[in-house]
Amino acid sequence: MSLHEEVDMLKRIPLFAQIEPPKLKLIAFTSERVAFDAGHTLFRQGDAANAAYVIVEGKAEVIVETAGGPVVVAVLGPNDFFGEIAILCDVPRTASVRADTRLITLRISKELFLRLIKEFPTMAVSIMRELAHRLEATNNQLRSEHAELERLRRQVH
Amino acid sequence: MKAFPSALRLRIPGIGAAPGEAATGARSTGDSGGIQPTLHGFIIKHSLLQQAYLLTLVVVSLPFYYYSLDLPKAIINTITKWTPHPFSVGIAEFHFAHLTYLWVLCGLYFLMVLVNGGFKYWINRSKGQLGERMLRRLRFELYKRLLRFPSAYFKKVSTGEIIPMITSEVEPLGGFIGDIFAQPAVQGGTLLTIIYFMFVQDWILGLASLSLYPIQGYIIPKLQRKVNLLGKQRVRTIRRVADRTGESTFGAGEILTHDNARYQLASFARLLGTIYDIRFEIYQRKFFVKFLNNTLNQVTPFFFYAIGGYLVIRGNLSAGALVAVISAYKDMSAPWKELLDYYQQFQDTKIKYDQVVEQFQPDGMFDERLMLEEPEAIPHFTGEMSLSNLTLIEDDRVRVVDGVSANLPLDRSIAILGGTGSGKQELALLMARLLWPTSGRIGVNGSDFATLPTAVLGRRMAYSGPTPYLFSTSLGDNLLASLKYHPLREPEYEGARAKRHQWQRQEARLSGNIDLNIDADWVDYETAGVKDQAALRDRVVEVLQKLGLDQDVYLLGLRGQLDPKAWPEAAQALLEARKGVRARLAEDKITHLVEPFDVTRYNTNASLAENLLFGTPVGPAFAAEELATNTYVLRVLDKVGLTDDLVQRGLKIAETMVEIFADGAPSEEFIAQFSFISADQLPDFQAILARIGKDGIKNLKKDDRARLLSLPFKLIVSRHRLDAIDETLMGRIVEARRVFEADLPEQLRDSIEFFADDRYNAAATIQDNLLFGKLAFGEADAERRLIEVVARVIDALDLRRTVIEAGLAFQVGPGGTRLALAQRQKVAIARCMLKRPDVLILNEATSALDGPAQVRIIDMLKEEFAGRGLIWVLHRASLVRQFAEALVMEHGRLVEQGTLADLDKPGTKVSELLKAE
Repeated sequence: MSLHEEVDMLKRIPLFAQIEPPKLKLIAFTSERVAFDAGHTLFRQGDAANAAYVIVEGKAEVIVETAGGPVVVAVLGPNDFFGEIAILCDVPRTASVRADTRLITLRISKELFLRLIKEFPTMAVSIMRELAHRLEATNNQLRSEHAELERLRRQVH
Repeated sequence: MKAFPSALRLRIPGIGAAPGEAATGARSTGDSGGIQPTLHGFIIKHSLLQQAYLLTLVVVSLPFYYYSLDLPKAIINTITKWTPHPFSVGIAEFHFAHLTYLWVLCGLYFLMVLVNGGFKYWINRSKGQLGERMLRRLRFELYKRLLRFPSAYFKKVSTGEIIPMITSEVEPLGGFIGDIFAQPAVQGGTLLTIIYFMFVQDWILGLASLSLYPIQGYIIPKLQRKVNLLGKQRVRTIRRVADRTGESTFGAGEILTHDNARYQLASFARLLGTIYDIRFEIYQRKFFVKFLNNTLNQVTPFFFYAIGGYLVIRGNLSAGALVAVISAYKDMSAPWKELLDYYQQFQDTKIKYDQVVEQFQPDGMFDERLMLEEPEAIPHFTGEMSLSNLTLIEDDRVRVVDGVSANLPLDRSIAILGGTGSGKQELALLMARLLWPTSGRIGVNGSDFATLPTAVLGRRMAYSGPTPYLFSTSLGDNLLASLKYHPLREPEYEGARAKRHQWQRQEARLSGNIDLNIDADWVDYETAGVKDQAALRDRVVEVLQKLGLDQDVYLLGLRGQLDPKAWPEAAQALLEARKGVRARLAEDKITHLVEPFDVTRYNTNASLAENLLFGTPVGPAFAAEELATNTYVLRVLDKVGLTDDLVQRGLKIAETMVEIFADGAPSEEFIAQFSFISADQLPDFQAILARIGKDGIKNLKKDDRARLLSLPFKLIVSRHRLDAIDETLMGRIVEARRVFEADLPEQLRDSIEFFADDRYNAAATIQDNLLFGKLAFGEADAERRLIEVVARVIDALDLRRTVIEAGLAFQVGPGGTRLALAQRQKVAIARCMLKRPDVLILNEATSALDGPAQVRIIDMLKEEFAGRGLIWVLHRASLVRQFAEALVMEHGRLVEQGTLADLDKPGTKVSELLKAE
């Protein structure tokens, strides 16, 4: 895959949609293509974070370690962007990611990513929107889980 | 003067020391060794005969010189007025015709030119040889003294000050020593001749010509003295600059972490200011001396005109004689000036000598004879090491070790405990004689360490401290350093090499240097307890394993090279391993981690340059940075018609880089990390692109073309994904690769080692030889996985030993800094183990290792040294449990001694130290 194809791919990702082509080229050129064999762990929950990833090819599982053992919370596919929370908030990885099949990614370093956000307010807004969506989804899920929990508790009593 | 035990009859090999003269036995204070306190003392002591020879040469040459001056007169006279007369040489009489006589005289003149030239050449050559020998001697003596400095002295002087003394400060001495007698003889002789000539013409004029010399002779040395003082000051200040520069290179980190740069710069500027002041002052004074001298020289002719004129007018002197005197006086100024210069130089040199020598005479220098004596027998250290009333006083009052008396049995492990500043470390240094006691004594079997030659202590005892020093050579050489006392097996020399070797030894002796052959084999197998080199290698690997250093050396070996000429079997085995690695990769289904080298295929994980060369560059000829300007490479590209295409690709890359990075690139480091073009070169390439836009690519300047051409060379297809190299171009580069190898001129054959599947590549690392391909880019964790595969294959083929031995060639860097401190500590202990000493003293020698590793090493050494002495200063008291006995130090005094069972009771110092941990 060449730089041009990578730029086209980045364009399809909502987060990067509004960035002009030379900058996308910069992102594509300075990000590293990293391939993982199936079953390989990209990073573990709690690791220090230094990059975000875009999936070029293949599937990956997002796994959260819970008291009851690891739980797969999402499956990611081509054009999905992940790993940005930890580098944005400077916190350790909030989940583990494991290659489900052979996985080819573009690895965007923390330095480049933060710089892009500073330079492109539209990108910052896109990220905020994306995060807000995720938060809302999480809230909805929490609400329904909470309702379910209440229901169960009432049944027990 | 203390007598030596009779077993220790002494000879000092290699240095012509007077036999029969007993060593003083202790450290000497005022011994001068090969260096005399004054410059003329040094010169007379070591070069009197040669100086006399030189002087004789000068004197013998003078008559020939005068004859050659006189001949032209005779020739002119022969031409202008000719009266035939017989010439007698001895009893023979010759009659010449006019012309024949002219030819004879001219022939004589020609001969004199040759003779004078020959004398001059020979005198200069002898002067040079004499000077260089003396310089060599001086440097050698200074260096030898360095080895004998008391360790406390190194706390006072810095290496930054000492280095320039041996290197640059003594340098002018060499040139001057050859001149010291010859120069005044030649110039003084000339001067005297001229003066004599003037007195012959007229004694009053002669007196007049000399009248101002006494004044010059009085005033000038006075002025010179002040210049000399300034000169001394200058040398001292320059040393401070050297010292400061050295310090700043070591302390650069400290300066930056504390934002100290301005302070340091200001202080350095002050130092430079001081030097400026001194130098300018010297300059002014020197030129004042010159001015005075010139003026006085000009004044003398005033006397000639006045007195001479008066005498001529009164008819007491002919006008011709006056003119002759005046012209002779002009000739006087050259030698006079030379003599004054000589005087100034003499003073300069004297200062330098005094100042250097002064720094090399510290009190308490270690006796030279103890350092180099070779006793006939070297007794073993058995029984007990006895310390009696051992005291070390530092700075004249601090009792660092205070009256320690003890008997240490040399057949078990003994720990020395104590807090910081308890004197435990100094006690170890005293035992190793790296410090000398202020009073009291140490000895084994009734001997006194103070009188034992290093030959005994250095072979029967080993010491390693917390920050051991490794020399900047290979790991293997560092390990064997403890076995090199003497050249044991001289290499065989034949023909011209034998002559050269003979000559080298003779020159070394003539300069008072040691004449032992550094190229001989110095390794003493007997001391190591092995019979030959192969057995020694086994032993080295065994010691590395015991210390847990073998894995480290194995990894160094993987990244190191192996010479297939020296190790043909090993290279063959590694070639086999290459196949093994490939099979294993296939078995594990990870062949995609390496793209193998294949002469018929373009390697997309290698740069274009690597693809073109298809080999490992040896030396600078085909270095990556210069490839685009290498004439042979360009010729190959032209031949296959690739040059223009590659320039086009370069243009394309430049355009992309400028587009991506020219504005708003994250940072310079970022550009440096990713771009083909560094941040400061970007504008240049922008300019090139602009020129191409205007004039077209055809009219590109040669420089610009070269710069564009250099870009695709760095391109790695699978990493950069720039689409600049397509399948067709790859095919053409593979074709160019073939031409490159086929056309390679003879003189470049050694500059590259081509990749070949069936040949071991001497220029590449062992690891690269095993993988025989490029690591695939963008495969997660590829390198770690490959190293695992390699390790499995190596072990399966039993090659670990070979790789470890290759790792011994690793260059450890200055002070061993390319190794971690823990590794250095282990290497230092390995070095001690290899020479199998009777006593091993370790002074916090494993402090950089973790706890379990330390215990392992203690246990291992206890076993290794069973029945011998093992004395260990512990930095962690709890390790004492591993030892048979313990000594406890506090405030310089020995407070407890015994087994741990005896000592670990309530109220003892030992239990206090153990509790504190």
